[in-house]
Amino acid sequence: MGGQLSEELGTWAASWRHRHLLGLESLSAADITTLLDTAEVLSGRFKSQGQKLDLLSGKTVANLFFENSTRTRNSFSLASKRLGADTIEFASSGSSVSKGETFIDTAKTIEAMGADAVVVRHATPGTASLLSEHLDCSVLNAGDGAHEHPTQGLLDILTIRQKRGSLRGLTVGLVGDIAHSRTARSNIWGLQKLGAHVIVCGPATLVSRKWEAHGVEVAHRLDDILPKCDVLNLLRIQFERQAIRPFPSVREYALLYAMNAERMRRAKPDVLIMAPGPINRGVEITPEVADGPHSVILQQVGNGIAVRMAGLWLSINANCNKAGVSASDRS
Amino acid sequence: MTVHSSDEHWLIEKGLIVDPRQGLERLGRLLISGGKIAALDPMDDALPAGCRRVDASGCIVAPGLVDLASELGEPGCEENETIASGTLAAVAGGFTSLACAANTDPPIDTAAAVEFVRQKAARAGHCRVYPIGCVSKGRAGEELAEIGALVEAGAIALSDTPRPISNTALLRRALEYCQMFDRPIFDRPEVTSLTRGGVMHEGMMQLVLALAPMPAEAEDLATSRDLRLLETTGGRLHLSSISTAGSVELVTRSKKRGTVVSVGVRIANLCFEDELLRSFDSNLKVNPPLRSREHIDACIAALVDGQIDVLTSGHQPKSLEKKMQELDVVPFGMTTLDTALSLVITHLVQPGILGWRRVIECMSSAPAEVLGINAGCLSVGKPADVVVIDPHVKWTVEPAALHSRSRNTPLLGKELQGRARYVWVGGKPMYGMEDPDVS
Repeated sequence: MGGQLSEELGTWAASWRHRHLLGLESLSAADITTLLDTAEVLSGRFKSQGQKLDLLSGKTVANLFFENSTRTRNSFSLASKRLGADTIEFASSGSSVSKGETFIDTAKTIEAMGADAVVVRHATPGTASLLSEHLDCSVLNAGDGAHEHPTQGLLDILTIRQKRGSLRGLTVGLVGDIAHSRTARSNIWGLQKLGAHVIVCGPATLVSRKWEAHGVEVAHRLDDILPKCDVLNLLRIQFERQAIRPFPSVREYALLYAMNAERMRRAKPDVLIMAPGPINRGVEITPEVADGPHSVILQQVGNGIAVRMAGLWLSINANCNKAGVSASDRS
Repeated sequence: MTVHSSDEHWLIEKGLIVDPRQGLERLGRLLISGGKIAALDPMDDALPAGCRRVDASGCIVAPGLVDLASELGEPGCEENETIASGTLAAVAGGFTSLACAANTDPPIDTAAAVEFVRQKAARAGHCRVYPIGCVSKGRAGEELAEIGALVEAGAIALSDTPRPISNTALLRRALEYCQMFDRPIFDRPEVTSLTRGGVMHEGMMQLVLALAPMPAEAEDLATSRDLRLLETTGGRLHLSSISTAGSVELVTRSKKRGTVVSVGVRIANLCFEDELLRSFDSNLKVNPPLRSREHIDACIAALVDGQIDVLTSGHQPKSLEKKMQELDVVPFGMTTLDTALSLVITHLVQPGILGWRRVIECMSSAPAEVLGINAGCLSVGKPADVVVIDPHVKWTVEPAALHSRSRNTPLLGKELQGRARYVWVGGKPMYGMEDPDVS
């Protein structure tokens, strides 16, 4: 794969031993750094070359989305194409069960069409992990319920690294619906491994004190943590995942947690404002903040394609050389 | 293959006879004759002609195990299990009697359904089967089923499990009404509004995996309600599977106040921690959910000191296609009849947590007492339901080693220690790893 560029990436490829990308909890700091470095190289090369890289030419990547997605799906699709891979698009708005086929069988069918990697999004935690047990190709987790969304975590971390050079010593506030957020979980593991201090902040019904056992600071008042955060990542309230609304009204939530101009004045002068999107203007973030000078939201989107290129290339490459990969190495 | 009859004579010798009802735990000989326990330590010259000898050296000789609620699949769920396959798995696991759950399709809420199960079980002929009848019509939790007719047809107990009896008024009526028939109500305590959609125990591991939570207090609250009602109504209540430290505390307090309640715990809830769900293995999705260490330790302590009376298999076979789904839609359940005894030996006997006397008490004499059946004892004249347990043999749980129709166990490929070696039901040898010697 890939000729000269492939040789340039050889060091990272050699150190990468994971056939699948299932989550950041199971990766080491070195693994995460490898992903970020590879993303920077691939992204830089694509921009300078101005055409597709041929690292995955002849390979096929299947996007298997059992849950609605626009940005992640398009981002993976673009990442695959920029590496020269063909793509298969599969969408199912409902559960596979409603069609009478298990999602494992659906995935096996797609794999049988020649997929070298399956990118899977599903509403249930553990589905990507489960697929990795049943498929021979690489499996990349594009979000499994509220469990993990590793490429979102990586693109957030890459964006911070680009702006600040390093994660070490930074304080990152994750604000909002932590209970239902796969982005929060991937961020927590990734940020901590690279040396950042993480604060989770939101209503007590959405932010568990149990996170303290994992070295995470827990806060319920955004105003208290504003002065010490270098980064604020504002997570969406996931109404669709909540059986009983965990706070009295959207208005009250916005009153207590929306990042607005007044709160910006009390934040650090160089604070970075991030959001994984889609953003609810006026709920987690007001327009003047979302579009203001501290916002790196659009840079995050661009970095999404870069980290997905890295994840796809490293995983597929490891799977092609799986003789050298431990059979038990599922992460 | 040898065809055996219950008229044969068997002498089981050199084994450690364990019978809590008689306070027995000593090396000895047991004579089975005419389908009954004929003698303890008979002299050689008192042995009947043609008596076959079984060398039980290094083994435990105990009354056959009794399970309080196994799902046997019939009628309507034959893809999971049939009465024939389930009872075969039972005897292979050392069980000689089992009460079968009423959650079939249609449920066991009519006399005809009870009779169907009894006939099927008699035809299969592996072990004794006691049908449990539904508490409510259609297991809908609204109206009492025809409990008198169910009992008349042979229902041994009444239960809507695995569904809890959520309707408090219905439970109260059932406790009162069943007193006329001297049959116990089995309930699995759970406040379902707190667990709806839940997949695993709410705790540290659930926080990380983000699977839908099943909080411990959902069980604690229902346990408290059940015990309070029982104190008011009287009657016989069996909490069929508790799993939390809170439940243990409530039961202990209630028993001290003199409540007549029996309590069971599923073996899986003692041997597996919620940590294991990290594998996302759908076979570990059970209800009550696998709990965290502190809950497990509380249940084990209560089992050791007698506050928990019964160990149950919690046998819930589910076909492969049902378990090959996303965790939030996968049905609860684990197939366990084949492996229950071995799990107990591996996780509780080997580490020195439970002695043999307590194991046999929890898995044979106490459950027999809950059901009120003539089992769980090796007294002379009792039906010869006997198990010889080899506690030393190691075996690997391969699909071919299982007799249940379903393979939904997280133990495939794992090594366990100890298992049943020979099993007699009514004096008839129903299971043996090899043919016993004939003298």
